[in-house]
Amino acid sequence: VSVVPDSAAGDAAPDWTGPLTASGNLRRRAAVNRFVEAGASLAAVIGVAMLVIVVASVVSHGAGALNFGFVTTNTVGVLGGGIANALIGTAVVVTLAALIAVPIGILTGLYLTEFAGPRSRSARALKLALDLMQGLPTIVVALFIYGLIVIPEKKETGFAGAVALSIVMLPLVARSSQEVLSLVPGHLREAADALGVERWRAVRGVILPTAMGGIATGAILAIARAAGETAPLLVNDSLFASNVTQLNPFGNGVPTIPMYILNVFNNATTSASLSGAWGAAFVLLMFILLANIGARVLLARSRARMGG
Amino acid sequence: LPGRARGGPHAGTGDRVLFGLCALASLLAGLTLAGIVYQVITHANPAISRFGLGFVGHTTWAPNFGVFGAGALIYGTLMSSLLALFLAAPLGIAIALYLSMIAPPGVRAVVGPLVELLAAIPSIIIGFWGVVVFAPFLQKHVEPALHSALGFIPLFGPPQTTGLSLFTAGLVLTLMVLPIIASLSRELFLTVPQELKDGAEALGATRWEVIRGVVLATTAPGVAAATLLGLGRALGEAIAVLLVAGELTQIHASLFQPGATMASLIATQFQNPVNSLHLASMFYIALLLLVIGLATSLLARLIAGRFDVQRTLAR
Repeated sequence: VSVVPDSAAGDAAPDWTGPLTASGNLRRRAAVNRFVEAGASLAAVIGVAMLVIVVASVVSHGAGALNFGFVTTNTVGVLGGGIANALIGTAVVVTLAALIAVPIGILTGLYLTEFAGPRSRSARALKLALDLMQGLPTIVVALFIYGLIVIPEKKETGFAGAVALSIVMLPLVARSSQEVLSLVPGHLREAADALGVERWRAVRGVILPTAMGGIATGAILAIARAAGETAPLLVNDSLFASNVTQLNPFGNGVPTIPMYILNVFNNATTSASLSGAWGAAFVLLMFILLANIGARVLLARSRARMGG
Repeated sequence: LPGRARGGPHAGTGDRVLFGLCALASLLAGLTLAGIVYQVITHANPAISRFGLGFVGHTTWAPNFGVFGAGALIYGTLMSSLLALFLAAPLGIAIALYLSMIAPPGVRAVVGPLVELLAAIPSIIIGFWGVVVFAPFLQKHVEPALHSALGFIPLFGPPQTTGLSLFTAGLVLTLMVLPIIASLSRELFLTVPQELKDGAEALGATRWEVIRGVVLATTAPGVAAATLLGLGRALGEAIAVLLVAGELTQIHASLFQPGATMASLIATQFQNPVNSLHLASMFYIALLLLVIGLATSLLARLIAGRFDVQRTLAR
């Protein structure tokens, strides 16, 4: 930085012909600026380092536990065997949760963009409800389903866990659908109206296909979130689910990956006996990271398509 | 047009069906929130009528003696969450400033998504890593250093053997709150009009002066709201804290002692309630968490004003 030295810093009569150099106050301001920029850069390094440390830790511990048998055999006892039953259980529970949350979420998004005016009372109330729901601790959602389903049924089931997960997913799907649907160019709707196309045909044939990439992104992110959610399953699905594959979510507790990790941790006595938990954590983390990266790519592509 | 779309008299069957489905789904979403409040209050009722509001201040939690008070849990929740906020807020805002103002575009495109990926790691994995890797590290290296440097403050007492403590819980929560505050703040900083920043720079402001005088000044309410949403996340986190805090329902001055939070206690003890009052007391704690969760969201909305902070959270 170089400017004319100000009179307070220099001599009484500045030498206007001399070389321009920073001095006094300006030098201090530049120094403060460098300090702040270095601090912010350091913060970014710390943020990325946190991710790298956790992921590297899971990968280095988990990769050793991982082999073909680990993902294809059922759990034996608490610490032995593999995680096939837990993998299938997570797939069952999360699929069921998605089957509940994704359609309701998309329909809610459609209601907000296609039927309720953006400033209408019902739209504002609904958005508020979704935001509040999203801000709730998952343990509270878990207890709600415990009171609603587990207490009357007198047993913990995979279904109860799935419903709890669907409540965690619903605001994510609804708000992201609404976001994307509101980005669909208005002229597409107007063109459909001008052709005399009924609204539901326009939604099915024009609006939803245009927004599909973005809606799918929201759904994938919500599924990735649900796959790792633990509190709703701990309370509503059983921690002591059986070691055999459970395809029926209504019968009994369904074993899942988060419950498997928690179980191994609770029962392990040496660090070597934790290897199963590391392996399961590795599989879960890879699924979640890949889903997130995939969702990002999908979003970027659909944004490009919609010209936004 | 709206009349037709809403399923008015001239609407076709298809439009009416679609409107009905959408309205039903929206109603269900709204009813869910009401249902949550209703269920939690109903099941907490025995504990509410037994203990009243004194539950909040009473610090003994002894299920086997039928004595239930949330005081120690509220203390643990506040200490761990405030520690997390104390670390994550400055760090997150600094990251957001780096990503929106300082980093070259190529770096932004890489670092931004990486920081957001941190938010995707599930709490069970962060907690598991926290208890197996992070807690022993803190216990061996960080806690002794803090104790010898700041030991005159009761918060930094002598380290315990396991490393399971409210301190560890606070640091693990930092990890979980940081990406929320960072990505929300970055979105806010990107909304500051370029003309304002250009104007300040044309007046000779350094980048820090632009940040302080323009960027932070115009987005301060939004940043406060983002921080509050981060706090809400920390207050309600159950699983990660359950693993690293040590689950001791007592108040100790030192952060290096084990503790428990409201959410983590429910997650620990819900499997085996000793009696119905124990269960009701846990629902009472859930009610407190519910009130706190709703209050932080509403307050964040109120502070944020024109910034729709929660909108960016949903992405």
